Amino acid sequence: MSKNYFDETHCAIGHPKSTFMQWMLTIDHKRIGIMYAAVMFTFFFVAVFVALAMRLELFAPGAQYMDGDTFNQAFTLHGVIMIFLFIIPGIPAIFGNIVMPLMIGAKDVSFPRLNWFTFWLYIAGCIIALASLFIGEGVADTGWTFYAPYSMQTGTNVIMALVAAFVLGFASILTGLNFLVTIHRLRAPGMTFFKMPLFVWGIYATAWIQLLATPVVGITLVLAILEKYFGIGIFDPAKGGDPVLFQHLFWIYSHPAVYLMILPAFGIMSEIIPTFSRKEVFGYRTIALSSASIAGIGYLVWGHHLYTSGMSDIAKSVFSFLTFFVAIPTGVKFYDWVATMYQGKIVLKAPMMWALGTIITFAIGGITGVTITMIGADIHLQDTYYTVAHFHYAILAGVVWLLFAGMHYWFPLVTGRMYDDVKAKMAFYIQFIGFNLLWFPMFIAGYYGMPRRYFDYLPEFEVYHQIAFVGGVMTLLGMVYMFWIFYKGWTSGEKATPNPWGATTLEWHLPTSPPPLENHSKVPYVDFDPYEYHHGEPVVKFNYETMQRID
Amino acid sequence: MGHEYVPEIATDRDGNQHEVQGWQGDFYGGKLGFWLFMLTEVMMFGAMFLALAYYNSLHGQDFIDASATLNRWLGGFNTVILLISALTMGLGLLKMRAGDVKGAKLMIWATIILAAIFLGVKAVEWTMEYNHGIFLMHDKLLPESSLPFGQKLFFGLYFSMTGLHGFHIIIGIGIMLWLLKRINAGKVTPEHHILHWNIALYWDIVHLIWVFVFPYFYMIGAGGATGGH
Repeated sequence: MSKNYFDETHCAIGHPKSTFMQWMLTIDHKRIGIMYAAVMFTFFFVAVFVALAMRLELFAPGAQYMDGDTFNQAFTLHGVIMIFLFIIPGIPAIFGNIVMPLMIGAKDVSFPRLNWFTFWLYIAGCIIALASLFIGEGVADTGWTFYAPYSMQTGTNVIMALVAAFVLGFASILTGLNFLVTIHRLRAPGMTFFKMPLFVWGIYATAWIQLLATPVVGITLVLAILEKYFGIGIFDPAKGGDPVLFQHLFWIYSHPAVYLMILPAFGIMSEIIPTFSRKEVFGYRTIALSSASIAGIGYLVWGHHLYTSGMSDIAKSVFSFLTFFVAIPTGVKFYDWVATMYQGKIVLKAPMMWALGTIITFAIGGITGVTITMIGADIHLQDTYYTVAHFHYAILAGVVWLLFAGMHYWFPLVTGRMYDDVKAKMAFYIQFIGFNLLWFPMFIAGYYGMPRRYFDYLPEFEVYHQIAFVGGVMTLLGMVYMFWIFYKGWTSGEKATPNPWGATTLEWHLPTSPPPLENHSKVPYVDFDPYEYHHGEPVVKFNYETMQRID
Repeated sequence: MGHEYVPEIATDRDGNQHEVQGWQGDFYGGKLGFWLFMLTEVMMFGAMFLALAYYNSLHGQDFIDASATLNRWLGGFNTVILLISALTMGLGLLKMRAGDVKGAKLMIWATIILAAIFLGVKAVEWTMEYNHGIFLMHDKLLPESSLPFGQKLFFGLYFSMTGLHGFHIIIGIGIMLWLLKRINAGKVTPEHHILHWNIALYWDIVHLIWVFVFPYFYMIGAGGATGGH
């Protein structure tokens, strides 16, 4: 029995004997990815429970379980955890770490020790964010966007949240930097950019956003801290400062950040669709380049968050036009995926179910986003449940669901075992129905004028909130069930072969399952495209000992 | 790691051999990584320059008036100091590459001393401004003072940006001392000097930022006025 990466590891400092210290000091990209996943999903469930507490409060009009101030803190906590601790680092930190080096045939990322340091920087940011719960006046009540001037005046712990977001942002920058260098330097010989799997393209585009946009929000947060402590005046109207400038600087990062979330998720979709259609992906180059162009155009659209904040009509029109423009490369991707499935031999395993479900929900999330791109419609729908529902259709049922899809897809790779596919599909259906019950009524409620971030509402909105609550409980149960299936699979599932799906990309051509510490036994020479199928069977075959092609 | 890294060889179907780039000993990768990191510094200061330009466009005359009160002699002196330190840093790297470790160390020490002088002059400037009632949370920069909005914003950004730049100088001194320690320990040698290379690059960014900070704060109010307090 050969050793895999659970049995041995390289450490940043020394050669500790204890298993615990080996995990704490590991520089192996696969282990670091698993630790990211463990921490992130812990926080994810904390934020899910906070969200459910808010849904419970909203079950009936009037105050039941929490007052308005607590509610403000609850949605801030939900937002800060979900955005800064979970979804922004999310897919790059988990699957970017675990899978990306395997996909390009590398032994590790370019700077393994920096990767280790980044993980602990991320943990430090998490601790600071959590500490803000228990220190002083409690967690911030500003919403996750920390808009000035309110964030400059409130007595709650805004500073700690800002510092936490800064530290987490720094970790994000270093992750992006590490991946960029890895993708540029460590691709296996012969693998040109257009021979890379599409997930690597997604990570590559994401890494550029992490690198170039995060410093802008970093300095914005620093300026907000300086404003609050030293009164430098730039966001303070009493000194001539302009609070709207904060919004501009904040969204210059935070809008690209939503593409930072979705691009690696699209990358996962682009892996799953060809594998389970048993067919070469349609329009490889257009998918790859649309990732890059979404990342590029995404920088120029931040103004659409400020239609109602005071901007010239010219600026609004330009931002509106540019925002419509982003929908084009996104649409290209969707048509490519659908065209890939056309005349394919579709295999409806759990990862494919999640991918197909996301095509439906993300289409709804995306198209409702296009409606609020229109300046006139946005005036009506700004800060309503419509916008909230749009965001969650795009992010929860887009990014998070594709993260789930990726977890189902790469589960046998990471653990060496297989989960129960039938039960996993059940968990998908429960969540699919629950999710739509939870969020679809909010489009209607929002259209009729239900504002977001309110802990109370008019009686006429009661029915929407009650349906949403039922959907919320269903979604939670589905998620818990899904993780239970993963747990059972990992502890007592069937042993998986190195390539259980019959996929083509390099991470499935490893000598053992789970993979050995230093990945492929030999680095292969890549003279093939990433998705070559012939009559539903992979074209490229390897001898896993020598990594020579044998087809 | 310790032992010498031997790159792996990948063989293609025609039997041709291709050297595999590993993460170990990747000099070019180390440089690329640090260049990318410097790009984040540019974006960070870029956002502050954006805020500066925005308020300059709103309060043009206030900015010129405020700038006229800054001491251009001290600022100019610091600019010269920093440019010389960039030269010594670069010479140090050239000496390291040429194999002259002793000369390289001498040049790094010279850079550290010049950086300390820069910080000293900066401290004198800030003290002078404090004595004129201009400092964060102090006298003329309080909301209730009658100083025009534009001047308050100018000084708010002046202290933020020169402060953050000064913070980078302090970090720079720290990593140069660390570099000296690594050279003494034999970890940075003429054959393996990526750390020296990257720290030199860092120092270039620090002085490059100052080259933009100096004219925007000190020179825009120079027309006709002699400056100084």
